[in-house]
Amino acid sequence: MNLQEYFSLVFSDYTLRTITLGTAILGAVTGMLGSFAVLRKQSLLGDAISHAALPGIALAFLITGAKDSNTLLLGALVSGLVGTFWIRGIITKTHLKSDTALGLILSLFFGFGMLLLTFIQKQPNANQAGLDKYLFGQAATLVESDVWLMAIVTGICLIVMLLFWKEFKILLFDADYTKTLGFNTKFIDVLITTFIVLAIVLGLQTVGVVLMSAMLLAPAAAARQWTNSLGTMVFLAAIFGAFSGVFGTAISASQDNLSTGPVIVIVASVFVVFSFIFSPSRGLLFRQIRFIKNRRDLEFQKTLSFMYHIAETHEDISHPHTIKILNNFQGFTRKTLQKLVDKNYVTLDGAMWSLTEEGFETAANLYNQNFKKHE
Amino acid sequence: MNSRDTMINTNPSNEIPASQSVDEAGAGILAVKVDDLTVAYNYKPVLWDIDLEIPEGVLMAIVGPNGAGKSTLIKAILGILKPIAGSVSIYGKPYHKQRSLVAYVPQKGSVDWDFPTVALDVVMMGTYGSLGWIKRPGVKEKKAALEALEKVGMLPFKNRQISQLSGGQQQRIFLARALVQDASIYFMDEPFQGVDATTEIAIINILKELRKAGKTVVVVHHDLQTVPEYFDWVTFLNVKKIATGPVKDIFNDDNLTKTYGINYKVSVQK
Amino acid sequence: MSNAQFEIQLIASLVAIACAIPGTFLVLRKMAMISDAISHAILPGLVIGFFITQDLNSPLLILLAALTGVVTVILVERIQKTGLVKEDTAIGLVFPALFSIGVIMIAKNANDVHLDVDAVLLGELAFAPFDRLIVAGINIGPKSLWIIGTILTITVGLLIAFFKELKVSTFDAGLSASLGFSPVVIHYGLMTMASITTVGAFDAVGAILVVALMIAPAACAYLLTTDLKKMLGLAIVFGVFAAVSGYWVAHWLDASIAGSITTMLGVVFLIVYLFAPNKGLIAVMYREKQQRIEVSLLTFLLHLKNHNEKEERHVNHLNEHINWQKVKSKTVLDLALKNNMILIDDKIVALTDKGDEFTSKAIDYIITNEDAQIEDMKEDFFLFRG
Repeated sequence: MNLQEYFSLVFSDYTLRTITLGTAILGAVTGMLGSFAVLRKQSLLGDAISHAALPGIALAFLITGAKDSNTLLLGALVSGLVGTFWIRGIITKTHLKSDTALGLILSLFFGFGMLLLTFIQKQPNANQAGLDKYLFGQAATLVESDVWLMAIVTGICLIVMLLFWKEFKILLFDADYTKTLGFNTKFIDVLITTFIVLAIVLGLQTVGVVLMSAMLLAPAAAARQWTNSLGTMVFLAAIFGAFSGVFGTAISASQDNLSTGPVIVIVASVFVVFSFIFSPSRGLLFRQIRFIKNRRDLEFQKTLSFMYHIAETHEDISHPHTIKILNNFQGFTRKTLQKLVDKNYVTLDGAMWSLTEEGFETAANLYNQNFKKHE
Repeated sequence: MNSRDTMINTNPSNEIPASQSVDEAGAGILAVKVDDLTVAYNYKPVLWDIDLEIPEGVLMAIVGPNGAGKSTLIKAILGILKPIAGSVSIYGKPYHKQRSLVAYVPQKGSVDWDFPTVALDVVMMGTYGSLGWIKRPGVKEKKAALEALEKVGMLPFKNRQISQLSGGQQQRIFLARALVQDASIYFMDEPFQGVDATTEIAIINILKELRKAGKTVVVVHHDLQTVPEYFDWVTFLNVKKIATGPVKDIFNDDNLTKTYGINYKVSVQK
Repeated sequence: MSNAQFEIQLIASLVAIACAIPGTFLVLRKMAMISDAISHAILPGLVIGFFITQDLNSPLLILLAALTGVVTVILVERIQKTGLVKEDTAIGLVFPALFSIGVIMIAKNANDVHLDVDAVLLGELAFAPFDRLIVAGINIGPKSLWIIGTILTITVGLLIAFFKELKVSTFDAGLSASLGFSPVVIHYGLMTMASITTVGAFDAVGAILVVALMIAPAACAYLLTTDLKKMLGLAIVFGVFAAVSGYWVAHWLDASIAGSITTMLGVVFLIVYLFAPNKGLIAVMYREKQQRIEVSLLTFLLHLKNHNEKEERHVNHLNEHINWQKVKSKTVLDLALKNNMILIDDKIVALTDKGDEFTSKAIDYIITNEDAQIEDMKEDFFLFRG
């Protein structure tokens, strides 16, 4: 199956439709909540939570023996929350810093999870196959009930977000101030954190524990570049997330032997790179162009005022001078000279240049302006 | 004023023993009263047994060396930090009952100015407290925000992304946000830090206007030179309260030395 | 214990030591998450290296992959400098992208590459003894033993040679620069060593568990000491202990060696986290409780010193005015009485001479922060120890 076939089948084929819908919803909700995580400077918390969810999945399987994804996700939720609170405990009660706490919980929980997974795999009886899809995600295993669960959680999340939009925004921007206004900041904080953990857990089946954090960050980081409004950012992040999910799933489904998670992450990363470079207001490309233009303007002005100082020493301002003099002057290029000629500030005659009346006056003005500025 | 008088008389609060009636301050009504306040970070005390009375209608500077607990005092009064001991009352009642009477301007550096929002939006946040949970700001709130922006001379910048504002402009936005709250008491944490001279004058003019309108303004302040010029009331703080009172009475080398350490001399024009 | 078993434990121990050394510095420099980024991001370098060399143990492959690690660090720093996103977001964006590229490359070439995703996550420690290094026809031991041994030798050599520089630049970058050791050189030197070690360890324990071996022993050690040399020593001890005990747990459960080494690290951390003498959870909570009472006591004594009015000194005032609950007031009163700091006369509390002197001293200390004045009080008061 190639990409084209995939998209032509999306509407008719039940499985493809389920998978596509599921990853679109997932991308949207993680993009949305990811915006909050990024703005709260908790970008790496998502990484720790998703890794910390692994032992929960394995334990849920060991205890119940069920492969029902809801049971396993419940296990993931519990161990993700335990991880989150332990991180907070480490940061507040010991002198270990947040990066150490995150790295610790992430790797220790994941290692324990891997121990359990390999232990389960060695068990003779269990129908253990398929648990490893939680490592890198396998969207193809999504069934209708999974998508319903995602849709319901996303719906609740959307309603809560719309209801408490004002509170979310002010808490993200200025927590202390929010407290003085009488809002229960702990409640809002718990609400946001819970939804972030929920979104991560929901995504484990599709994207996997290893790469889930990128699903939170990448759409939000890309969206931030295009707007200065929180509402638009959250909306754009949801769109980017949904597109990453759908394209990633489509690409991975049209290839053999490709987990969904890495492909979705690559697609989302492409959004990020594109946004970093081409965003009109913040993007690197336009920033570079503005920078070059400013420098050119500066060079242009510098050359002109340099010429002005030379011309000043002569009674006749249009007295010709050799171009060689200019070569000693830093910032001078042939291009700037040509530009001066184009603007009719300077005339060229062989290897000689001379200032025109117009050029002299412009330079004089420029000089005066700068002079004033420095005063 | 009258309504507040009645409020205090008809609601004798449990927090205030009868022996400490409001008359004691000698300057009319007490806007803020702090009793035996002790605050600690990680159980290391930063404020010790502070008693402080702020009369209504003063423009007060809180001065003291770095680490003296100036910001902490404000944060404890506003309930952002929980004290280990002591109590705070605003017009005779605990803070959480009097929130609508108090506005706060945090330190400019305490927030992320790259946050995706515009100036008007930040100022609108000042109305959130009176709106309460869930309810959204409407036309009335927007009008109030625009008026506040006008007052601080930032109306032309209302749709500017906040990171694209200068330090002085950002501080004005914060001030406008507090003005929107239309409070009786204003607490400001270093509003003059990192602002240009024009902004400093603009801000102090607004503060003086507030005082003229009968409001109480409390400012954490760093620049000792400008204290006599800007303020009429001053509190010296260094973990303990050193002194508090009218600038003309207590702003002297003796108190400065007590606050800032041995033989601290500042040439202050009075 | 068979020869192969011994060799596995030896390799695991050497990996643990090699990881603990750079890990200690990463933890101290608050860069623990960088090791997470490096360990993920080296994957594409590793795969490309494998395409070229066809040998997971080739030195060229190790260098190539390590280079990817350093490039990742530079890339993260570059993105941070643009100001487009916050620092930690930059880390969080870069390494999943690079790791994904690596995973996809493995998946697309599954038939040609003798590498699979399980190996990426868990390493292949169990097979390490079977890949022997044969020089001039003589079997001189497992290849990975030689590799990690070489890396460890280099690490230890660099550690000894640059110990002073590392120490100064870790605790005070400014001072280090003024002494003439460029913090930048030390920084990238450390990043390079961390990358090389990660690659060397990757083969044994896999991508994510390298992070555990770097951070967990160092974090445990940091909860027990702040002396750099002792910390390095402790981190090594914890690492080796987890490596050896982890091997036997895996043997017993018939599960992944890397997973059980990490789990043992988790157990060690949990124990240290709870029971470390001064910085463990229980010690901290006990101390906080003590400090709470002591701060309250001082507040109370100070209050007595500040107020001569009778009503301010009435026992009931404690409850009503200082805003304490009854229980707390009683504890504080008892403590003060026991230490002969106060006298209670008809429910009016007064400072004794001792209490008065103590209070003055304590306040002097708190305001000036000079230790000399408080030396003799430290015995009884946690407050002045921190």
